[in-house]
Amino acid sequence: MEPASHGLRESATFDRATIHAIQRAAETGIYDIRGWGAKRRLPHFDDLLLLGASMSRYPLEGYRERCDTDVVLGTRHAKNPLRLATPVTIAGMSFGALSAQAKESLGRGASEAGTSTTTGDGGMTPEERGHSKHLVYQYLPSRYGMNPDDLRAADAIEVVLGQGAKPGGGGMLLGQKITERVAGMRTLPVGIDQRSACRHPDWTGPDDLAIKILELREITDWEKPIYVKVGATRTYYDVKLAVHAGADVVVVDGMQGGTAATQDVFIEHVGIPTLAALPQAVQALQELGVHREVQLIVSGGIRGGADMAKALALGADAVAIGTAALIALGDNHPKYDADYRELGSAAGYFDDYQDGRDPAGISTQDEELSARLDPVEGGRRLANFLRVMTMEAQTLARACGKAHLLHLEPEDLVALTIESAAMARVPLAGTQWIPGAGL
Amino acid sequence: MATLIDLAESPVRELNQALHEAPSASWRVLNPRGAHAVACGIRDNLTVDVEGHVGYYCAGMNQHATVTVHGNAGTGVAENMMSGTVRVRGNASQSAGATGHGGLLVIDGDASARCGISMKGVDIVVGGNVGHMSAFMGQAGRLVVCGDAGEALGDSLYEARIYVRGTVKSLGADCVEKEMRAEHLAELAELLKAAERDEDPAGFRRYGSARQLYHFKVDNTAAY
Repeated sequence: MEPASHGLRESATFDRATIHAIQRAAETGIYDIRGWGAKRRLPHFDDLLLLGASMSRYPLEGYRERCDTDVVLGTRHAKNPLRLATPVTIAGMSFGALSAQAKESLGRGASEAGTSTTTGDGGMTPEERGHSKHLVYQYLPSRYGMNPDDLRAADAIEVVLGQGAKPGGGGMLLGQKITERVAGMRTLPVGIDQRSACRHPDWTGPDDLAIKILELREITDWEKPIYVKVGATRTYYDVKLAVHAGADVVVVDGMQGGTAATQDVFIEHVGIPTLAALPQAVQALQELGVHREVQLIVSGGIRGGADMAKALALGADAVAIGTAALIALGDNHPKYDADYRELGSAAGYFDDYQDGRDPAGISTQDEELSARLDPVEGGRRLANFLRVMTMEAQTLARACGKAHLLHLEPEDLVALTIESAAMARVPLAGTQWIPGAGL
Repeated sequence: MATLIDLAESPVRELNQALHEAPSASWRVLNPRGAHAVACGIRDNLTVDVEGHVGYYCAGMNQHATVTVHGNAGTGVAENMMSGTVRVRGNASQSAGATGHGGLLVIDGDASARCGISMKGVDIVVGGNVGHMSAFMGQAGRLVVCGDAGEALGDSLYEARIYVRGTVKSLGADCVEKEMRAEHLAELAELLKAAERDEDPAGFRRYGSARQLYHFKVDNTAAY
């Protein structure tokens, strides 16, 4: 019997997922830890539309007129800025959270597409460095595996203050993924539940960060671009402070950004949507007179060329993808549905990255499961996806008459909802109304 | 003869570039006047004597070099050092030797809060006292305190070992006093000798992790 067909009514407040969560908590006595990002519905790039050219604007021909995609990151202070073929990069994800095969796949795919990939809270592996043409090395509170040789081997350094899935929280990796290799890289006992610090151990606040950035530049002879990554919360202030601290690039990760392991309550209830954060970041950069001089990378729920085009139109210089990249590798693929169901999940629902039993061989350290992911094939799939994203964004940009993806501008956008109009600071479609403008 | 660099005349950038290129094995740095990032990122077996006080991150990420500060050091001296020896003749500010992976850091005077925070294999010998939260989340290596230790010593400790000669104001979560066995007396004697100190190892107590927080358990809720 289908309950609804018999007039039974499910509570909107206590829906089935909520009931399950209460029952699970009552049974286990501990909060739910999971992977993925926020699953609740949020104002997002879907709530924006691009205004293609017609009479008052002049479009570009799809297959004949150029729409360039190259972007340079780190032009402010670094001797060797990153020159990428497309403004979509791969976000930081650790070896440990991901299998060596997944990390290699990300490196191969990004390199084939001419873009960068990023280490994570666990250090740099030789495989990752070897397969990544452009590798961004994260500098995190834990400093697991941090060493000056890898710092010098990196193409850019990303000082991580937070991530969108858990602004204010430290890394987490459960014991089933702390294998001998992972433990060795992090100087931890094998099999423990790792809890990373949420604050950096040797600096506090933006004034100290300026000195920390100076030190990193001195160690690497001012060659590498230095990024500062923040989880989206008080983005306007955080971006201003990051610029004052000397960042070449600011990375803003919205609350849809993914994680390998975090408390569900943290993922769903802390931070602000990417759409709300991006205009704040751009405003901060513009007010400081450094928009486009300090580049802005935006991540958190970027799923394709449309999201990318809209983020660029709002003023980002590039976007970063994490969850979408893993899906491109095979995460949540229907071919693993039976395996997911054995774990109590299903294709399209799987978020137990913390558990280490990922049937797709991505968020696991199990040798047999990891072996399911062929890095060459994974790299090919990711490169394909990155190419499609880029071509989709080009299609939209040409329609708006832009000869470069970075020529997209807020004027090309309208909003479908009042919320998204207020957050993105573009007019509600068919009106001149930007809620909150001029206040 | 040591190569002389006077920071009253040359910027720190020039000093560090020279130390990274390492045309000389012996260096003397004058007038540091609290400058930040002095002698950081050295990767060769150099000897560097800094004549005065330094700011943040002196000798950061040191590899192989012997760096001596003839004065006091600001925040994060020898942070993330990998090898070699860093010695502070005076006192050190907070986070001395933070996240250090190897080598020996000696502070002749006192060290402030969070000395050896998140240490990952470095050995630290402090002649005087250390401030609160020292060796917080220490993963590996040894911290020797010849004076007293402040509050919450060794909080959330992993496998780092701590030796204290004086009093400990309080121990942090999951840090306990442990038996001082012969092998510990022996390693402590070696560390004191390396730091050129003459304290008797028998006068120290040993602290380490109770390893009760290694796994998330509902019973530990209060400790989180």
